[in-house]
Amino acid sequence: MRTHAFRLAALYFLVFAASVLAVLFFVYWTSANFVERQTETTLDAEITGLAEQYAQRGLSGLVQIVAARSAGNRGDAMLYLVTDPDGRPLAGNIESWPLGVPARSGWLSFSVEARVHGRLVTNPARGSLIIIPGGYRLLVGRDISDAAAFRNRVKLTLLWSGLVALGVGALGGAAMSRNLLRRVELVNRTSERVMAGNLSDRVPLDGTSDEFDLLAANLNRMLDQIERLMTAMREVTDDVAHDLRTPLARLRARLELALIGPTDPGAQSEAIRAAIDEADRMLATFNALLRIAEAEAGAGHGRAGALDLGEVARSAAELYEPVAEEKGFPLALAIEPNVEIRGDRHLMSQALANLLDNSLKYANGGELQVQVFRDGDFAVLEVADRGSGIPEGDREAVFDRFVRLEPSRSTPGNGLGLSLVRAVVHRHQGTVTLGDNRPGLRVRLAFPMLVT
Amino acid sequence: MKLLIVEDDRETASYLVKGLGESGYTVDRAGDGREGLFMASSGGYDAIVVDRMLPGMDGLAVIGALRAAEIRTPALILSALGTVDDRVKGLRAGGDDYLVKPFAFSELLARLEALLRRGSPTPVTTTLRVADLELDLLTRTVKRCGRPIDILPREFRLLEYLMRNSGHVVTRTMLLEHVWDYHFDPQTNVIDVHVSRLRQKIDKNFERPLLHTVRGAGYCLRAPD
Repeated sequence: MRTHAFRLAALYFLVFAASVLAVLFFVYWTSANFVERQTETTLDAEITGLAEQYAQRGLSGLVQIVAARSAGNRGDAMLYLVTDPDGRPLAGNIESWPLGVPARSGWLSFSVEARVHGRLVTNPARGSLIIIPGGYRLLVGRDISDAAAFRNRVKLTLLWSGLVALGVGALGGAAMSRNLLRRVELVNRTSERVMAGNLSDRVPLDGTSDEFDLLAANLNRMLDQIERLMTAMREVTDDVAHDLRTPLARLRARLELALIGPTDPGAQSEAIRAAIDEADRMLATFNALLRIAEAEAGAGHGRAGALDLGEVARSAAELYEPVAEEKGFPLALAIEPNVEIRGDRHLMSQALANLLDNSLKYANGGELQVQVFRDGDFAVLEVADRGSGIPEGDREAVFDRFVRLEPSRSTPGNGLGLSLVRAVVHRHQGTVTLGDNRPGLRVRLAFPMLVT
Repeated sequence: MKLLIVEDDRETASYLVKGLGESGYTVDRAGDGREGLFMASSGGYDAIVVDRMLPGMDGLAVIGALRAAEIRTPALILSALGTVDDRVKGLRAGGDDYLVKPFAFSELLARLEALLRRGSPTPVTTTLRVADLELDLLTRTVKRCGRPIDILPREFRLLEYLMRNSGHVVTRTMLLEHVWDYHFDPQTNVIDVHVSRLRQKIDKNFERPLLHTVRGAGYCLRAPD
């Protein structure tokens, strides 16, 4: 971890240093170049002026004008010298032909002596030499000691600012890698705590919504999902423990009574039959719980395909129509064509069957409506009866396992019907709402339409 | 009729051996998958009942191996795994029927008998007959004593299934599976009402009833003795 932090910081520093150096070098190079170019431009202009004078007035004119320009200190650091073919000065502000400078026309660098505050110093100079016809030489130059000084100052400034930037870069790199690794470390520590059994722990977000935050958010969502599944599983086991214990106790009591009770065969086989019925009821409850768990866990999703809700409704209505009619529920079916979703026929049929079972059980006759229609982007399946409905305050609770509103519990049932409906609906990314049919209950299942 | 039961749980196995023996079958038992496969491949059984979870070699693998060896003995899978997916897996592996544990013995017996009938060659026919009841598969009409009976499409399929299994018990679950393709038990007695409507049509106004309710098991369509 530490070595990784160092590597990261070092890499950051190197890249940073390289780019800072490149920038500084570029600044130095352009400013130095600029000064030099400016000197040359000035000299060119001067030479052009002198050449014009020479063309109009000949050598003597040139000597005159050079002498005039050289007189006095004009403060522009310009240097002039006109010599005969042997290098003897005729006019100008340089006392003699500079040492070691060849008599060839073109750009050249040389040094001149100047008096600064009474002291004699040698200054660098840059100039252009022109050989005038007849072998006479014209040297126009400029003292560039100021430019050199400027260049030195730039060099020094850049050096210092470079050093400061590199220092800051090193610190920044260290801080950045520390911050990065601190956040990785946070994720690590959280996952360790989760693995140790603390399932509700989450990676803290710092609200910047950068990649680390996104990673943390995704990890948290994954943990949420795992926790939900674990909770669902625990609920199933708890439910099994709580709600199968009572019938098991009843079953045991029946068998024990049959054993110690009357020995007449008729009564005994009646007791055994009752015990088997009890066992069958428990099994039905158990199966219902498993189906809910199956639907909630989202297992078997490979079975889901295009599913016409109308077909599901027609087939269920066909199965329930005789029994509904017999119990005094005229069944009214209203189905729009091509209301398709992506789903599992078996689960959907069972959810619908549970709704029909409920209406037949709790409503006391009256029209039973089954409707399938399209509502905007939703495929809707509705079952409505003319019973007493469900009070608004209880509409959430009835979806919980083993919740039965009827206090006497005289109607057979296990209180799992709507739990399964909700599990199936959620599995299909749908919503279930209980509404008022004035009077009666209207259950609406809405699913996203199948996109083809 | 000779049956093979491949079941590792001693208690369940002896319950099956005893029950099927009393129903008139000769029953052999194998205690694990390998033994079951060995016995099923060598001895001519009319049907086999295989537990899905077995030590050594699981039940689906046993059936798969038999089918790979071209042995087509009808097989009924017993399993504690009851979801639709599990059922589909079992039938894909080559099983002919799938029964979830625990089960009522009457349910097992009814399904096993249906499998045994399927194993025996049935003459190709377009008309099913039980006593004076006649069902024409081509014109999809039903007659009793030569008198036409007005019947709905689903009632026709219900009657067809009962007639194909005439003389044998058919359970409510079997009807739900074969006539409606539903693999769950509704809480309301939907099947009973369908059957009683069918009974109204084929038995009312006739002296001797054909469609009988078998208490604690299901229904049976049979010719009067």
